[in-house]
Amino acid sequence: CVGDLDREPFNEVTSEVVYSDPANYKPILAKLYAGLALSGQTGPSGKPDLSGVDEGFSNYVRQYWSIQELPTDEAVIAWGDDGLQDYHRMNWTSNNPFIRAMYNRISYQIAACNEYIRETKDDKLSGRNITGTNLENIKKYRAEARFLRALSYFHSLDLFGNPPFADENDQVGSFQPRQISRAELFSYVESELKAIETELVGAKQNEYARVDQAAAWTLLAKLYLNAEVYTGTARNTEAITYCKKVIGAGYSLQNTPTAKFSAYGRNFLADNHTSPEVIFPVTFDGNFTKGYGGTTFIIHASVGDSISAAAYGIDGGWGGTRTTKALFNLFPDTAADRRGRFQTKGQKLEIDNLTEYKYGYAVFKFRNIGSDGKVGKNITFPDTDFPMFRLADVYLMYAEAVLRGGTGGDLGQALTYVNQLRTRAFSGTNAGNITASQLNLNFILDERARELHWEGHRRMDLIRFKKFTTAAYLWPWKGGLKEGRSVSDNLNLFPIPSTDLVANPNLKQNPGY
Amino acid sequence: QTGAVSGRVLDEKSQGVPGATVLIEGTSLGSSTNADGTYLIQNVPAGSQTLVSSFVGYNAKRQIVTITAGQTTSLGDISLAENTTLLSEAVVVGYGTQRRQDITGSIATVSEKQFVQGQVTNPEQLIQGKVAGVQITSGGGAPGASSQIRIRGGSSLNANNDPLIVIDGVPVDNSENKGVSNPLTLVNPNDIETFTVLKDASATAIYGSRASNGVILITTKKGLSGEKLRVTVNSQASISEKTKTIKVLSADEFRDLVNTRGTESQQNLLGTGNTNWQEEIFRKASTFDNNVSLIGSVGTLPFRASLGNTKQQGILMTNKLERNTASLSLTPSLLDNHLRIDINAKGSWVDNNFASADAIGNAARFDPTQNIFSGDDTRFGGYYEWLNGDNTLNTNATRNPVAFLNQKRDRSTAKRGIGNIQFDYKFHFLPELRANLNLGYDMLRSNGTTFVPAIAAQNFSDKGANNFFEQKKDNKLLDFYLEYAKQIADHRFTILGGYSYQDFIRDQPLDSYQASADGTNIRPAFRFKTQNTLVSFFARTTYNFKDRYSLTATGRNDGSSRFPTGNKFGFFPSIGTAWRLKEESFLKDVTVLSELKLRLGAGITGQQDIEGAAGNYPFLARYTLGEESASYQFGDQFIQTLRSEGYNTALKWEETTTYNAGLDYGFLDGRISGAVDVYLRQTNDLLAKVAPAGLTNLTNEIITNIGSLENRGVEFSLNTNPVRNNDINWNLNFNVAYNENKITDLGATLPTFTGYAVGGISGGVGSNIQVNSVGFPANSFFVQKQVYDSNGRPIEGLYTDVNNSGTSNIDDRYRYKSAAPTTTLGLSSNASYRKLDLAFSMRANLGNYVYNNVNSQAAALASLSTNGFLQNVTPNIYDTNFQGFQYFSDYYVENASFLRMDNVTLGYNLRTFAENKSNIRVTLAVQNVFVVTKYTGLDPEISNGIDNNFYPRPRTVTLGLNLGF
Repeated sequence: CVGDLDREPFNEVTSEVVYSDPANYKPILAKLYAGLALSGQTGPSGKPDLSGVDEGFSNYVRQYWSIQELPTDEAVIAWGDDGLQDYHRMNWTSNNPFIRAMYNRISYQIAACNEYIRETKDDKLSGRNITGTNLENIKKYRAEARFLRALSYFHSLDLFGNPPFADENDQVGSFQPRQISRAELFSYVESELKAIETELVGAKQNEYARVDQAAAWTLLAKLYLNAEVYTGTARNTEAITYCKKVIGAGYSLQNTPTAKFSAYGRNFLADNHTSPEVIFPVTFDGNFTKGYGGTTFIIHASVGDSISAAAYGIDGGWGGTRTTKALFNLFPDTAADRRGRFQTKGQKLEIDNLTEYKYGYAVFKFRNIGSDGKVGKNITFPDTDFPMFRLADVYLMYAEAVLRGGTGGDLGQALTYVNQLRTRAFSGTNAGNITASQLNLNFILDERARELHWEGHRRMDLIRFKKFTTAAYLWPWKGGLKEGRSVSDNLNLFPIPSTDLVANPNLKQNPGY
Repeated sequence: QTGAVSGRVLDEKSQGVPGATVLIEGTSLGSSTNADGTYLIQNVPAGSQTLVSSFVGYNAKRQIVTITAGQTTSLGDISLAENTTLLSEAVVVGYGTQRRQDITGSIATVSEKQFVQGQVTNPEQLIQGKVAGVQITSGGGAPGASSQIRIRGGSSLNANNDPLIVIDGVPVDNSENKGVSNPLTLVNPNDIETFTVLKDASATAIYGSRASNGVILITTKKGLSGEKLRVTVNSQASISEKTKTIKVLSADEFRDLVNTRGTESQQNLLGTGNTNWQEEIFRKASTFDNNVSLIGSVGTLPFRASLGNTKQQGILMTNKLERNTASLSLTPSLLDNHLRIDINAKGSWVDNNFASADAIGNAARFDPTQNIFSGDDTRFGGYYEWLNGDNTLNTNATRNPVAFLNQKRDRSTAKRGIGNIQFDYKFHFLPELRANLNLGYDMLRSNGTTFVPAIAAQNFSDKGANNFFEQKKDNKLLDFYLEYAKQIADHRFTILGGYSYQDFIRDQPLDSYQASADGTNIRPAFRFKTQNTLVSFFARTTYNFKDRYSLTATGRNDGSSRFPTGNKFGFFPSIGTAWRLKEESFLKDVTVLSELKLRLGAGITGQQDIEGAAGNYPFLARYTLGEESASYQFGDQFIQTLRSEGYNTALKWEETTTYNAGLDYGFLDGRISGAVDVYLRQTNDLLAKVAPAGLTNLTNEIITNIGSLENRGVEFSLNTNPVRNNDINWNLNFNVAYNENKITDLGATLPTFTGYAVGGISGGVGSNIQVNSVGFPANSFFVQKQVYDSNGRPIEGLYTDVNNSGTSNIDDRYRYKSAAPTTTLGLSSNASYRKLDLAFSMRANLGNYVYNNVNSQAAALASLSTNGFLQNVTPNIYDTNFQGFQYFSDYYVENASFLRMDNVTLGYNLRTFAENKSNIRVTLAVQNVFVVTKYTGLDPEISNGIDNNFYPRPRTVTLGLNLGF
């Protein structure tokens, strides 16, 4: 009876069995995508991917949104959860649970991608006698997994700078990954994206929500635009090259308003999967993709007691996120510029207290309502997808790269793209159009805030413009003071969580922590 | 020319005395009595002989018997009179019994006489406070609430810290039983005869694999051969009532606070009512408990049969438990007493009506200026609920606690059967050799539904709830051992070797199927099934010389299916010695001393119960299918995903090494007796959930063999019989235990790393108040050091800069106390005067701290209102004047040392008749009589040290009637 000690699971399947059937490769790939959208294997919660943290908090998009938005002028949050206020007050430490949650989510995503890429190596597939269409499909899946890994390494590069590194050649188990330098990781992400450029399905040719070549190009453009921050060397010419590839791929701005919604606003509604400008979304669904992160968080958290939840298509707000006057003041006329939508009733522009919802205007952007005014399938869990990459961002990246001196593009084209966005913003009129002389880098930073606020870009932008930590730009409660103050430059990078420093002696903490 | 003699040794109550020594004086011929007190001595020279029957704690008896060659002379019954209060019968140890005097380990026995009286629904409550070093903390006042049992502190971090519980030789599955809060609820306390607690490794190592947290052996009552039929009827009726509610503001006080310190919008929310919500949800509850048992023998077949019915209401509205139990035991002896068979069957059927403890928190917090019913709005069944400005339901608000209870039906039914059949065969050709086979089965079938109507505010968005679950458990046991026992002159020894196989299957065909009230499917059925197996080989040898020197050595080789190939087996040895100094010549004549025994023991035990933390297959690379609600969209399809799970191929046994030294003493013929023990328990290769290096595994926390932890302590027990005469008999028992728990290693460490956060609190999401770090007790509170003003008031937001960084932030937390008491004390008394008797038991815990989560989330102005509704606050707000929440202030960690009187029972024997064998007895018992503590919250006795939504322990008055004939 000693043989009875070799028990096998009933519900779960062993890795060996899973990969023997070609039909399983797509559901595993779907999990890699779902790693961005969901927190576990039960919606909205249950069987979490990560432990030691509230499951809702552990969601990728929720954490990514929080870490890129909350430390900036675009967002403040009312809640007193352990360590959450540290973001806006900019006094985080290596023990911050939210920073750890982001770090762990990124590590988890990369590890899951590594496992998939390892199990889909050519020799493994041929060993399992997978051929024909199955083989072709699985190779595409593998390229998508490499994209998702590159995306997470890009986030790691941006947030943590010098993270640990492991790829498909490292087996699961107790090893200690080496620490990679920011410059080296930059090269790795670059080489990965270039390597899969041709393996991915052509732009706009894949199933909705799956990655294609345009997604890889957009990420490359982002990588190059920020290259000076990451490596010390500007790569604006390459940024222009890849922006042009994306722009030439056939995406167009959502320019059609409906009776109830502006053309711009339609990108953030329950049916935004129909938008022609979305390049790479993270999808959510009221019946099938439910969780307390992603757009559930972005929408519910932004609604407080003075605001009608019904206007957002949800059953109630969580009274959390608002914005500072710095963002509000970027819109001289919120009636004309349709992008500047704020809830002001019952709210105060000046923030006397970060932890009270009524201080600070609420942003009225993401909603669980379709273009036709119909509420999404479920009033708790929105259908609204999160636009990780969209064309408007690429237009602005193009313009910025040109202004930063990259070659291969021109200012006239840049002005055209910027004015296309402004024409849409000003209800199809040229009332908001700018002239060539108005187009400069400071304008671009402000325009990015107007166009892309609350989409998870702000911290990266402020760092690129050297305004995140310095006295060049202050906003309410920056550095923990109501009037704002400059903070140490080391805050441009987040600390590596102390838990991983303990687990992996190869790691050295980022300076200043 | 030899013959044989047989008979039976009885005690004063005419019950068989097992393990008594029966000797033919002047020879080495002799025997010990069996479980029913019978004995047989063979090869006795014919003629007149003197038979000496003796047993520790009883006066020995001599009797002349004439042996006839070739015949077995039946001597009939010999009654022994108790000479001390020290009950020193044969003690049940793992796989057999041992004479107490031979025992080398730290073992405590509590028998029926000493049990806690009154309304006891869960068996473990019978011994609460009775054994030094055994801490039993109930989870609250709900009928059948689970208890946390800790023997000498917890030896693990993330693996299970519960002791192994063995009922009549069947180690029972103590994992979660869906539908019952406490797995032991399924055993009727009335069927239990004794508890034996094995505390140190020398005693527990025979159960190697699961013995690290001690072992509790439960023996149920059994019939005796030749016994006359006796019927016992036990009836109890009880009334329970809350003793205290959470202190919150009254409606007028609340109005006053909001009007003076609230905002205009808050003032607009005030109602005109005057509701004490806690009074509305609690009630006086009744319990009826009836038991009938039949004991005796039919011919030569001894049996016991019992039936029990308990109907217990909880003091929280809608809360109820009904239990029916039946048990049967048959103990026939065949083949000239060479084959003894022990058959036990126990069945129970428990119906639960659960009431959510969330209602308790809601009642404390619900705005007292609102009425229970809304008056005109019938949308939510007429109950008042908070609305948004646009007149829709405010989904964030506190729910009306009365509606919360009345609009939820949470029922479950659990049926459990535990049965075993044990064959004990003494070989005909070699009576010293005994073979024992034990086959056991433990099965559970449970299911339950939760129904919430669509109009109920608590599930309004989901259109109500109609959820269902089902669970099946099938656990099998096979034990087989051979024992050889021999006495040669002054040398007595036993050798035992055996094999044990145990298999556990848990199947949840409908694991929390969820639907709306109208049956619309929200979450489809998802089957969950899991299995684990233990295979063990064990051996024990005991040696005794002249009843003075004893030695016990055990070894157990245990295999668990939870570990990878190569690491499945662990070897757990132990050794124990005892020296009865009293028997030495230099003490033999010191008559004041009746017992003095020194015990020394050491051993290693194992831990493999990580199912709660890591499931049953933590070492296998495997994939889990996601549920439909967690799919991902590709094109217009939603794909159910497959997730790779984290795994650890290097997992192995956690090992606890225990050293124990003890002294058993007795004075004045045992009228004063007890024991002192000191111990050290070191756990290595802790099965702890820690973070693997980032990127190295498919999870962020994995169960790993890392680090060490130790418990060290002292225990002292004293049993006295201060008065004993014809009219008065008074027994007083006292015990005290001191335990220190410390984590000594958690792998690599860094100054910036503070430890692993644990102990989630309410308020904020995902906030933890405790930490596991090296050099401190497990689950130490991890808080900021509050700064106080000159009047002793805490200054809001001002904390000591503990790390001298110039600013005060979360890195300034420090470790401050823990929830585990350092000292536990128990005192029980049992006095009788003629027909009247009075018993009480008291307990005290010292050095245990509680985080007052009620105050930390309800004693700040910020807690008055969020998102358009008002919440009540506790009067503590007047002490602190806090505006915002200060969750991490050490101000909220309070000393929760307490003294509690668990029980007082007054009994009167109305009448005894038929030769004292029949009687009528009435009792009046009060439970939870009083608590003395400095803790400011509801109840200081909270096992995890975080006080929130606690179901109050009621005070219960029980009238009992006991009838025997």
